[in-house]
Amino acid sequence: MARRYKNVLPGFPLTLGYTLVYLSLVILIPLTAVFIKAADLSPSQFWAVVSAPRVVASYKVSFGLSLAAAAINSVFGLMLAWSLVRYSFPGKKLIDALVDLPFALPTAVAGIALTALYAGNGWLGRFLETPGVKLAALWLRLGGSAETAEYLAGFGVKVAYTPLGILVALIFIGLPFVVRTVQPILEDLDTELEEAAASLGARRWQTFRHVLLPILLPALLTGFALAFARAVGEYGSVIFIAGNIPMVSEITPLMIITKLEQYDYVGATAVAAVMLLLSFVLLLLVNILQAWTSRRIRRGR
Amino acid sequence: MSIEVRDIYKQFGNFVALDNVSLAFSSGQLTALLGPSGCGKTTLLRIIAGLESADRGTVLLEGEDASDIHVRERQVGFVFQHYALFRHLNVFENVAFGLRVKPRKQRPSEANIRKKVRALLELVQLDWLADRLPAQLSGGQRQRIALARALAVEPRVLLLDEPFGALDAKVRKELRRWLRRLHDELHITSIFVTHDQEEALEVSDSVVLMNQGHVEQIGAPQEVYQHPATPFVYGFLGAVNYFHGRIEEGRVRLDDTLLHADAAPEAASLTAGASVTAFVRPHELGIAPEDNANTVGVAARITRILGFGALARIELVGLSADAQHFEVEMSRDQLAAQGLSEGQNVRLTPSRIKVFERECDSVLLAGAGI
Repeated sequence: MARRYKNVLPGFPLTLGYTLVYLSLVILIPLTAVFIKAADLSPSQFWAVVSAPRVVASYKVSFGLSLAAAAINSVFGLMLAWSLVRYSFPGKKLIDALVDLPFALPTAVAGIALTALYAGNGWLGRFLETPGVKLAALWLRLGGSAETAEYLAGFGVKVAYTPLGILVALIFIGLPFVVRTVQPILEDLDTELEEAAASLGARRWQTFRHVLLPILLPALLTGFALAFARAVGEYGSVIFIAGNIPMVSEITPLMIITKLEQYDYVGATAVAAVMLLLSFVLLLLVNILQAWTSRRIRRGR
Repeated sequence: MSIEVRDIYKQFGNFVALDNVSLAFSSGQLTALLGPSGCGKTTLLRIIAGLESADRGTVLLEGEDASDIHVRERQVGFVFQHYALFRHLNVFENVAFGLRVKPRKQRPSEANIRKKVRALLELVQLDWLADRLPAQLSGGQRQRIALARALAVEPRVLLLDEPFGALDAKVRKELRRWLRRLHDELHITSIFVTHDQEEALEVSDSVVLMNQGHVEQIGAPQEVYQHPATPFVYGFLGAVNYFHGRIEEGRVRLDDTLLHADAAPEAASLTAGASVTAFVRPHELGIAPEDNANTVGVAARITRILGFGALARIELVGLSADAQHFEVEMSRDQLAAQGLSEGQNVRLTPSRIKVFERECDSVLLAGAGI
């Protein structure tokens, strides 16, 4: 008689089968459909759709700003995680809970809130957009020259309805990913390592650069990848603050929606296919980098 | 280099870790800070290193006030109980770390770093492991690398926090001997913290016994072992039997019997009727057969005889109401000659006792784990 129980952990065929069916239904088949639908176009037609100047500009906005937002989040997310793990201060629990808010908040709510805040007449936008005008008025009242006043009036940063506004929205929605991936690693990190480095004469940044960063890097890269992936796919929060000016502040998901609204289903799927490929390649790169660094660390564990 | 601490006081919340501790460690010596956990020994070591700051008091390194000097400028080598090796760096880079982070002007050339690290790895006898990562080493090897790393920056003092605490018994014994030899070679002023009295007595030039944030006794290992200053020290430095009684004609009287027949010089100096505790080491407690004519000694029954090694250990329980537990050590030959067996009723008579007057002994004894 054959031995029936080879493995003490039962259920392998069932769970694997379920996993594969689930994965196929939810992820693989819809993704394949994108490529099949896009294949309705001839190669030259396909190329014409996906390389139209307006679409190419939207790739740049989407991927460029997503990478920038993920990078900014990596720096500040690490800082936030650090202060949450290392120090105790009043309201720490509250801040810890607030970090998850971008996860939970409907993105449209975030978009409206950010737009209201950063628009020219918003709480923050008011001070960001036109500080120069007030400065110029003050300058004139003090008897300054008109040329200088004109120069001063030019100062100000317009956030809403510009790529900068998109960046703000993408930073907002990506922050929790970095914080939540780095936090557990930081919690496990022994303060003895830092003490040892200090007793050997290392300055604070040397300890960070040579002792802490190599250990945190894999988690930081994971956080970066997640924040990036989320930012590329983001639609709701961006659409309000972006202003959607062609060639300037249109994101690729918007291009897809635009094409859908014009009943150009094939064109929409063509753009979607390109976006899918680009995202996949970028994530693959980040994952390779992450696997490489974590292997370097784990060898030493 | 000499180390001195003056009136160090440190509190964590409501817990007083160090209560005005003053100590001087002479140059070139290996000193053990010995005490039960929570006695403040590690805190004191960390304050000397600059990893922790005292609430009050000063740390003097070579006569200079070092209290405000940051750990990285104190030039102290610190060895952690759990090694604290940089796990992403190989053994060579771990040892080289202190040299590589020096400011550019003081940093040795690459060739000199190589030479120095090689020499240190040879000193700790692990030069063949230079390319390994810490995870590939055994605990004992890791601790030797940690020591080499601390020595690389040529520290003025070496501080070791329970350096062998995470190792198994056999490796610990080997490393102890090795550390002693290394110290004899280098003669660097060293302090190491331990809760293992055997380790402290075996390795160090002098022992500082601490309990509940106080220093109980300072002295050479031989001296503290043979002349313990307080009941706590007596109890902490080895297994002990204790007897509560009163002084009567230079002897200790328990409730119904005399502990010993002849007057002990220790007890003679105490006033008659004083309430005392007599301490007796297991090997200084003799077993006499139960005999109605004999009223000296404590009546007890043998519960267990453990006969491995050169010495046999005999566990007994007192026949008085409180059923106190006793322990006797004797050679196996003597055990055979006396023909003792489990369940037998006997009398215990000490050959040597140490008597302390009882004041707040319950507190002191609690600290010693009696």
